[in-house]
Amino acid sequence: VAGFTAAGRRTHYGRAPAAGLRFFVYAVIAILLMYLDQRRGWSQQLRYGLQGAAYPVQIVVSSPQRVWQWLRESSATRAGLKADNARLTESARNLQLAQLRLQALEAENRQLRELKSSLPPLVSHQLLAEVISVETNPLRQRLIINKGRRDGVFRNQVAVDAHGIIGQVTNVGPWSSEVILISDPEHALPVQVLRNQLRSVAEGSGRSGELVLPFLAVNSDVKAGDVLVTSGLGGVFPAGYPVARVTGVVREPEQLVAQVRAVPLAQLKDAREILLIQFNAANPAAPAAEALISSASSAPMDDTP
Amino acid sequence: MSLNDDFAPVLLTAAVALVLSIVPLPFWIAIIRPAFLVLVVVYWSSMAPHVAGVTLAFFAGLTLDVFQGSLLGQHAFALALVSYLAIRFHLQMRAKPLFEQCIYCFAALLLYELVLWSIDGWSGHGAGGAWRWVYTLPSAMIWPLIAGVLGRFHAPR
Repeated sequence: VAGFTAAGRRTHYGRAPAAGLRFFVYAVIAILLMYLDQRRGWSQQLRYGLQGAAYPVQIVVSSPQRVWQWLRESSATRAGLKADNARLTESARNLQLAQLRLQALEAENRQLRELKSSLPPLVSHQLLAEVISVETNPLRQRLIINKGRRDGVFRNQVAVDAHGIIGQVTNVGPWSSEVILISDPEHALPVQVLRNQLRSVAEGSGRSGELVLPFLAVNSDVKAGDVLVTSGLGGVFPAGYPVARVTGVVREPEQLVAQVRAVPLAQLKDAREILLIQFNAANPAAPAAEALISSASSAPMDDTP
Repeated sequence: MSLNDDFAPVLLTAAVALVLSIVPLPFWIAIIRPAFLVLVVVYWSSMAPHVAGVTLAFFAGLTLDVFQGSLLGQHAFALALVSYLAIRFHLQMRAKPLFEQCIYCFAALLLYELVLWSIDGWSGHGAGGAWRWVYTLPSAMIWPLIAGVLGRFHAPR
């Protein structure tokens, strides 16, 4: 900041200083920074610090949004709350029934696999994080959450809500982290169709309500209403988590691939709280070890192999 | 008026512009959100180049990089370039009526976005389609407003 005044004193009022040299110097610095950042060298440390410094500002800037949400919630009527309560009780009962069946199925599965002991649970640790701010624009679909390295968050950690996959952690700061949503245009996620195990990749479209599947052949067996789950390839997401529901398939005979669109099951845009999940490496369904991921995907956040 | 007195409004307006640039907004508003910080940098670079110029642009851009999570130095480079051009052509710019200044701004914003887009492409980030260019037009259109508001912060030339 001192640079402004010192440089300004050299010139007369109203006349431009020699900006060419200064621009040259800053351009070189900027290019150097970009190079280092792309290589993910020590700029990771710098970013970690900057993320921490930016956190208070992010809280302040997103506060109007949060106040609005709080006002809307606290003005809920008694009737609305009662209806909510009835719905939640109903859903809890259904989930308990499903859980009973799941336990039976797991026991059966264990016998089929002839395993002496039961498998370790897939999820070893889960962490509830509050969403500080949501950025949804065509270039970036990200969340800032209120948990960081101090809480044990790590890069590529999987984020879910009650309905499905939300995304993965891209940047970790001391007290906050950035989560890339599956609808971010830079994000790609290996999926399969639940009905017939057809594998593909779901890419973000830059709009929070939409994913696209650009690599399905015209004659592939996919139709509107199909549920997509993670396929477990790629080493970040475990297999079998719900991702999206196919909304439309357009097949044009002159094109090789079908235009498949899907709507994410997780509530990406309205996410208030998300779960960060750490998987138990001993379970066969868990994604690959963390070391493997970070060496395999250096620059892009793509989960595609 | 000392230089410190001159610089306070620059810092203040840049901070406000930064906040306006990073406030989370719904999709359809976000794509037409004017690039307030770029306009403020262009304003100070062309109207008061002795007070703030490339240095302000560089650090403002770096702040944008941090908040938007882009490649560190990307916005800093683009904004420093725009600021340099604004200083270079500040005499022509000042002599024009407001409407023509809007056209200058539009050109500067297109260049700015072109630089960002190129760096995105080179560094292997998603290019993002046509949406990313939409904001340049509304940005250029609010230039008279920016010039009017910021004009109150410094003595007439």
